Amino acid sequence: MANVQGMCSTFKKELLTATHALGPGSGIPAHTVSTPDTVKAALYLVTASRGVADTVYNTTGELAGTGNYTQGGIAVTMATAPSVDGTTGIFTPSASLVWNNLTSSGAFDCVVLYNSSQGDKEISVHTFGSQTITAGTLTLTMPANAAATALIRIGTA
Amino acid sequence: MIVKATKGDMDDSLLEKKTGEIDNENEHMTWVEYWLDGELVHRSAHIDLKRPIFSDTGVGGFSG
Repeated sequence: MANVQGMCSTFKKELLTATHALGPGSGIPAHTVSTPDTVKAALYLVTASRGVADTVYNTTGELAGTGNYTQGGIAVTMATAPSVDGTTGIFTPSASLVWNNLTSSGAFDCVVLYNSSQGDKEISVHTFGSQTITAGTLTLTMPANAAATALIRIGTA
Repeated sequence: MIVKATKGDMDDSLLEKKTGEIDNENEHMTWVEYWLDGELVHRSAHIDLKRPIFSDTGVGGFSG
C-alpha cells in the first residue's frame, strides 16, 4: 500500500453542508463566529495507506508518539480566509508547518490535514518524497495562495 | 555553529556535514545531515509543497 495525495471525497460533500470553516470569515450559518476551526496536520509513515477515501483522522500508520512527535499532529495556522482567484476557490494555510527537535519513528512521506473542531473529519492528503528526521527540524512550506498554486483549489472543469 | 544532535548540542566543526536537494513537480526538498564517526547524529529537512490539491466542480442541467 501507499499514501496517495488528494482531497478527501467526504470533504467535498461537507463543503456543501458548511461543515468546515477554513480561515476567518463571517456569515457562515454553521459557524457564527469569525474564528476558523482548528485544523491539524499529522505525519504518516511510507507504509501507511492514506488517501481520498479517508473520512476521519486516525492513528493507523501515523508516526509513533516518540522523538518529540505527538500523535494528532500540530495545529495549522489559519489566518488567511478562503478566497476566489479568478474562478477558482482557494485556501492555503498561512504559515509553514514546523516540527522542532524531532526524531521520526520511521520514514514518512505524507501529511494529512483534518478538522479537529468537526469530529476530526479529514480534509486532504499531501505526499512528498520519503524523509526521516534525526534530532532535527522538519519544515513544510506552503505554496503561494493563488489559483494555480494554492494548497486547496476548487474549480470548474 | 552549535548543532542539536542525538548526543546533545555539538559544535559543527566536530561533525561531517552532508546536504542534498530534490526538485520536481511535487516538491522542492532540501536536507542537511551531520555525522560523527560514521554515525548520523542530526538530520533536518525543508520541503516546499508545490503540487496543490484540486477538485473540479460542475452543475447539472434540467432534463425534459
